[in-house]
Amino acid sequence: MADMRKKGYLTQAWLVLLLATGFGAALAGVHLTLKDEIAENKRRDTLGRIPTLVPGAEKGEVARLAGTLVYGAVDADGRQVGWVVPASGQGYNDRIELLIGLDPEALTLTGLYVLDQKETPGLGNKITSRKVFLDQFAGLMLDKALKVDKDDPAGTINAISGATISSRAVCDIVNGVVERLGEALRSAAQGPATQEE
Amino acid sequence: MGKDGPTAAERFIQGIIPENPVYRQLLGMCPTLAVTGGMRPAMTMAGAVAFVLICANILVSLIRNLLKPHLRILVFTLTIATFVTIADRFLAAKMYEMSKQLGPYVPLIIVNCIIICRCEVCASKQAVLTAASDAVGQSLGFALALASIASVREILGSGTWFELRVLPEAWPNWGIMILPPGAFLTLGLLLGAANWIGGLRSKRTETPA
Repeated sequence: MADMRKKGYLTQAWLVLLLATGFGAALAGVHLTLKDEIAENKRRDTLGRIPTLVPGAEKGEVARLAGTLVYGAVDADGRQVGWVVPASGQGYNDRIELLIGLDPEALTLTGLYVLDQKETPGLGNKITSRKVFLDQFAGLMLDKALKVDKDDPAGTINAISGATISSRAVCDIVNGVVERLGEALRSAAQGPATQEE
Repeated sequence: MGKDGPTAAERFIQGIIPENPVYRQLLGMCPTLAVTGGMRPAMTMAGAVAFVLICANILVSLIRNLLKPHLRILVFTLTIATFVTIADRFLAAKMYEMSKQLGPYVPLIIVNCIIICRCEVCASKQAVLTAASDAVGQSLGFALALASIASVREILGSGTWFELRVLPEAWPNWGIMILPPGAFLTLGLLLGAANWIGGLRSKRTETPA
């Protein structure tokens, strides 16, 4: 009886299994074909954003710190005026990818930009709006973790109504970067502008 | 329903006006309202939906004799999700700025009822050629509907069409038209007009001369 039922499941579901395998392989193929181009688009977007994320910056120089890709933001004379760190974390629907602008010592946040997100339209996707959300981050000190005001009365970030999870996710991504890379960025800024490790 | 159903040509014609997905079936309202602020995003969305709809209809029609009734919705969803992901990745690679502007609305094509409706109504019952022409007709109907709404909104709201200026610089842009309320107003008025015209036409055919 159990054997027959098992057989029954397979005869019913073989098409679904076959299609799922085929579609999975097709998507893997599409991903392999297009992933370099998508990464290149994001890199170009990132480099174009650097002047808006760090005051005085003209362009970015790729650097690698503690195994992470970061961009050193340099001004017209080649002096380092800050950092731009790409970072991502889980949002409400999918991963949120951010560009985080920092001063050379990684003590102050100079700007924030959402590179990619799939948050709920009308609620969570307001994290991409400078006026509603992002502008409040510029100039914040990073000596203590960023918190949304809803979680902590002393929190400095005004969460978007109806999108606390998305707002919190952005804060957490920034906090994570400061925790992981703060020291490395600080010591790298004292040395040469771009340092390969 | 018999084995035959409407022919390929009938399916094609039906999709464009008589059974227009937006104006007659009232399906796919999410993209209809959300991405019609300008012609460019609207036509990109129409193109993506056309790609998904045509591919899904053809594939479902090819495997229609293997479908188990209680697993068919699962198969439809799986098929649609695959083609939507391909469209999404393609846009991210080739039309990066547009992909960012459309944001989550491209992945949301998965839940666009037009596609699952065509799979259920036509592709799972009829031959490949009929299913394909049905998909093309419905896609054209959807594109026409989006174009009509987006034209009104972009021209009144920004004074442009496909980002080309069509109204004089002195035109005061109706900001509300590119905001969400403008989408509802435009859709409501055009839907009313479409129903009114449809009513007139059916009255004429009911009273033979």
